[in-house]
Amino acid sequence: MATQHSRSAARLMISPAVLLLLGWMIVPLAMTVWFSFLNYNLLQPGPRTFAGFSNYYYFLTDPAFFTAIWNTLVLVLGVLAITTVGGVLLALLLDQPMWGQGIVRILVIAPFFVMPTVSALVWKNMFMNPVNGIFAWIAEALGLQPFDFLSQAPLFSIILIVAWQWLPFATLILLTALQSLDSEQMEAAEMDGASALARFVYITIPHLTRSITVVILIQTIFLLGVFAEILVTTNGGPGTASTNLTYLVYGQSLLQYDVGGGSAGGIVAVILANIVAIFLMRMIGKNLEN
Amino acid sequence: MARRVTPARKATVTAAAWALGLLIFFPILWTILTSFKSEGDAVAIPPKFLFFHWTLENYAVVNQRSDYLLHFWNSVVISFGSTFAGLLIAIPAAWAMAFVPGRKTKDVLMWMLSTKMMPSVGVLVPIYLLFRNTGLLDTRIGLVIILTLIDLPIIVWMLYTYFKEIPGEILEAARMDGAGLRDEIIHVLTPMAVPGIASTLLLNVILAWNEAFWTLNLTAAKAAPLTAFIASYSSPEGLFYAKLSAASTMAIAPILILGWFSQKQLVRGLTFGAVK
Amino acid sequence: MTSTLRALLGACAVAGLATVASAETTITVATVNNGDMIRMQGLMSDFYAKHPDIKVNWVTLEENVLRQKVTTDIATKGGQYDVMTIGTYEVPIWGKQGWLLSLDDLPADYDVNDLLPAIRGGLTVNGHLYASPFYGESSMVMYRTDLMKKAGLEMPEKPTWDFIRKAADAMTDKAAGIYGICLRGKAGWGENMAFLTAMSNSFGASWFDMKWQPQFNGDAWKKTINFYVDMMKADGPPGASNNGFNENLALFQQGKCGMWIDATVAASFVSDPKASKVASDVGFALAPDNGLGKRGNWLWAWSLAIPAGTKHADAAKTFIDWATSKDYLKLVASKEGWANVPPGTRKSLYENPEYAKIPFAKMTLDSINSADPTHPTVNPVPYVGVQFVAIPEFQGIGNDVGQQFSAALAGTETVDQALAKAQELTTRAMTKAGYIK
Repeated sequence: MATQHSRSAARLMISPAVLLLLGWMIVPLAMTVWFSFLNYNLLQPGPRTFAGFSNYYYFLTDPAFFTAIWNTLVLVLGVLAITTVGGVLLALLLDQPMWGQGIVRILVIAPFFVMPTVSALVWKNMFMNPVNGIFAWIAEALGLQPFDFLSQAPLFSIILIVAWQWLPFATLILLTALQSLDSEQMEAAEMDGASALARFVYITIPHLTRSITVVILIQTIFLLGVFAEILVTTNGGPGTASTNLTYLVYGQSLLQYDVGGGSAGGIVAVILANIVAIFLMRMIGKNLEN
Repeated sequence: MARRVTPARKATVTAAAWALGLLIFFPILWTILTSFKSEGDAVAIPPKFLFFHWTLENYAVVNQRSDYLLHFWNSVVISFGSTFAGLLIAIPAAWAMAFVPGRKTKDVLMWMLSTKMMPSVGVLVPIYLLFRNTGLLDTRIGLVIILTLIDLPIIVWMLYTYFKEIPGEILEAARMDGAGLRDEIIHVLTPMAVPGIASTLLLNVILAWNEAFWTLNLTAAKAAPLTAFIASYSSPEGLFYAKLSAASTMAIAPILILGWFSQKQLVRGLTFGAVK
Repeated sequence: MTSTLRALLGACAVAGLATVASAETTITVATVNNGDMIRMQGLMSDFYAKHPDIKVNWVTLEENVLRQKVTTDIATKGGQYDVMTIGTYEVPIWGKQGWLLSLDDLPADYDVNDLLPAIRGGLTVNGHLYASPFYGESSMVMYRTDLMKKAGLEMPEKPTWDFIRKAADAMTDKAAGIYGICLRGKAGWGENMAFLTAMSNSFGASWFDMKWQPQFNGDAWKKTINFYVDMMKADGPPGASNNGFNENLALFQQGKCGMWIDATVAASFVSDPKASKVASDVGFALAPDNGLGKRGNWLWAWSLAIPAGTKHADAAKTFIDWATSKDYLKLVASKEGWANVPPGTRKSLYENPEYAKIPFAKMTLDSINSADPTHPTVNPVPYVGVQFVAIPEFQGIGNDVGQQFSAALAGTETVDQALAKAQELTTRAMTKAGYIK
C-alpha cells in the first residue's frame, strides 16, 4: 500500500515531465488555436483580421477532408495488420534454433534504422519505378506487364514502405517477449499431446498479448503522423488517393502558408487523434491493466 | 532445459530465416551496392548485382561537397542529448507512475501520448516564431529541446511498461528492511531497471537520429544534422541514385553499427518486460 | 582539396595578416542542389582569393526543402540566411512585400543591361532589380534525330502540337521500349503544372480571367488536357504520372524517349556522352504552338537575392556580384569548358563565338526570348508568370490542381472529372483568399 509520503514524492517525480509536456502542449496549442481564428497568411502582410470559424469551415468542407480521414485509417490499420501479423510470424521463426541467429536478427531489424526519407526514396526510385525499378525488371523477366505501383496503388505502396520500416520494431519486441516464454510450460503442453496450433493459440498468443498491445499503441502514434514517405513518393496523389490528414495540413500550412487554415487543420487533427487514442485505450487498456 | 532439435529442422529454419532476413535487408544492401556504382550502372536494366565497375567516386564526391563530420556530430549531439534529457525527466515520472499509481495515472499517460499526436507540420510556424524570438534557430540546443519534448511521451511510456513488470514485493521487502526512497531507487530499482533504460535509450536515439521534420526546418548551416545532409542529395537535376546511395549509406551506417553492437543490450532490455 | 579546407586556408591567410583590423564576415548562402550551384561551390577559391575577408557557409538542399525553409525564414524574419537562391515565382511576390534588398547599386562592371530582357523582366518589380539571375531556362523540344529519321519525319524548327502528336505516334515502339513522347506527369506546381500551364498558354487557356475567376471549365483547358492525356496514353512511358524532370531525364538518357519537352538546361545533360547513351543523336526545337501566337515554353531563372534585414548586406552583395558576373562565366569556361557555363542570363554569353558553337546555345536563347512573363497568355490576365501565377496562394493551388491532372493521366479520373474538381478547388481557394468577392 502506498503511503501518503510516497504519494507526494511520486507527484514530485512526475511533475517535471507533466509540466514540460503541458508547456509543450499548451504554448503551441494556444498559439495554434489563436491563429486558427485569424485570417493569417504568412505571405500576405497587413493586419490579421478575425476570421470567426471560416478557417474551420473551409478545412472541414474541403472535398479532400473525408478522403484524408479514410486514407489515414487505411494507412494506420494496413500497416498495423502487416506488422503485427508479420511480426508474430517472423518472431516465431527467429525464435527457433538456427545458425547465425544474431546476423539474421540484425538483417531483420536494419530497416528500422533507416531514415524515412531515405527509405521512401530508395523504394520509389530503385524498386517501384515502372521503368528502372527492380520490380519492373522482375515483372518483365517473368513476361508480365510492369505494375505502376505509385499511380495505380498509391496508398498500398505507401503502406508497403511504411510497413517495411516498422516490421522490425514489431518483430524485435515480439521476439523478446517470445524468448521469455516459459519453455517448460511449452514442453509440458507438448507432452500432454497439444498440437502445435493449440500450443500457439493457448500459450503463445496469450503470452504475446501485452507486447502486441505495446506494438499497436506505439506504432499508431507514429503512423497517424506519417508524412515524409508521402511527400517523397506521391505527394498525396494521384488526385487525393494517398493524402492523409497530416499531408492535408501540410498543404495548408507550408505550401499555401495559410497559417490560419493550417492551424484550424492542426486543431481538427489533434481532436481526431485524441478520439482515436481514447478509442484505442478503451479497446486495449484492459491488456495493460494486469 | 533446451529442447532437442534435429539438424534437419535446424537447417530448414536457418534457410528460411536467412532467406527472409536477406529479403527484408535487400533494399539496404541494394543501396549500399548502388553507392559503389557509376550513375550509369545505377539505373541499368537489367540491374547489375555484383559485376559492375566498383568505384569510390561517389563517396569522394560526397565528401568533397559536404562537411560530413559536422552533420554527423550534430546528429550525435542532438539524438543523444535529447535522449539523455528525456531519460532524466522520464525516469522519475515513469517510476512514480509504475509504483505509486493513482486513479489519474492512466489519464496522465494517455494525455502525454496524445501530445505526440499534434501534427508537426501544423505548428511549424508558431515554433519557428518562438525559436526566432529566443535565438534558438539553427542551434543544437534548440533541437535537443524540441526532440526531448517530442520523444518524452514515448520514453515515459516505454519505461512505465518496464517498471510495471518489476515485482512490487521486492520493493515492499526493501521497505520493510527500512530502506528510504533514495536507497530503494539506487540499490534495488536501478539494477533491475538498467536493461529497460538501456533499450529505451537505444530506441530513442534511433528515433531522434531519423527525425526529419524539425531537424530540417529549424536548422540552417551550423546545427544541421544528417537529415539535412541527405536533403542535399535527393532529387537534384541529373542522375543521382549512386550519389544519393552513398550519402544514405553514410547517414545510416553509424546507427546501423550502433544497433549491431548494442543488439544484446537492446534485446535484454526488451526481455526484461516479461520477467514476472 | 575540399572547399572546407580552402575556406580554412583562406581563413589562415587572413589570420596571417593579423594586423589587418577588418574582421572576417561570414555569410550564409542557401541554395538548391542543382549541378551549376554545386559547381560554384567547387570554384570558391577564386572568390576567397578576391575577397579574403568574407567566408561563405553553404546550405545546399533539395528544391522543395529549400523553398519551404527560405520561405518560412523570410516570412517570419528569421534572419538565418544572407543570400537566398529563389526563382522567378518568388521574386515578384517577395519584392512587392519589401522582403528583398534591391540590387540596383551593384558595381558598374556587373553591367545590368547585359542581362537577357525576359529574365531581367521576371526579376524586376516596379523598376527595381530584386534578384540577380544565376542561370535561366526556358523549355524546348529535345528529340532523337535517329528515331525521327527512322520514322521518315523531319522536325521543323518551330513545330506545332499536331506535328508532335504525329511524330510521337510514328516513333513509338513499345515492344522495343521506345516511347514517342516523355512529358512531366508528377503532380506539383513546379512539375506537371509548369509544363501544363505553359502548354495551356499555347492552347489559348489561362488560369484566371481579369476578375480572378478560374478558367478550368472553359474549352481551352479541356482541349489542352485531352490532348495531353490522349497523347501520353498512346505514346508515353508507363508510370508517366510519377515522372518529373529527373525521371524523364533518366528515361531520355537511356534512349527510351523519342521526344521530351522540358527545361533547356537538360540539353547539356542529354548531350553529355558520359551520362547519356544517346548523346550524339539529340536535336532541339522550339516548344510547340497551336498557331495562336503563344508557344508552350516557360521561363525560369534561379537567382540570388538578399533578404531585407540581413546584417551582412555588403558582403552578400559582393558575393552575388561575383557569382553572377561575366567573369564568373569565364571562370567556369576556363575550368570546365563552355558547355558547362550557367546558361540563359547574359546577352554577352550568346554573342561569344566560342559559346555559339555549343549545339543547344541558339535554341536556348530563342526559347528564352520567345517567353513573355508579363503577357503570358492569349487573352489578358491579371497576373504575371508563364508557367505559374505569381500570387502567394499558387503553390498550394498549383499542387492540388496538379494532383487532379496527374490522376487524369493515371486514369483514376476522367479528364472531365479532373477539370471539374480543379475548377471547384481553385474557386474555393481563391474565395477563401479573398480574390473572389
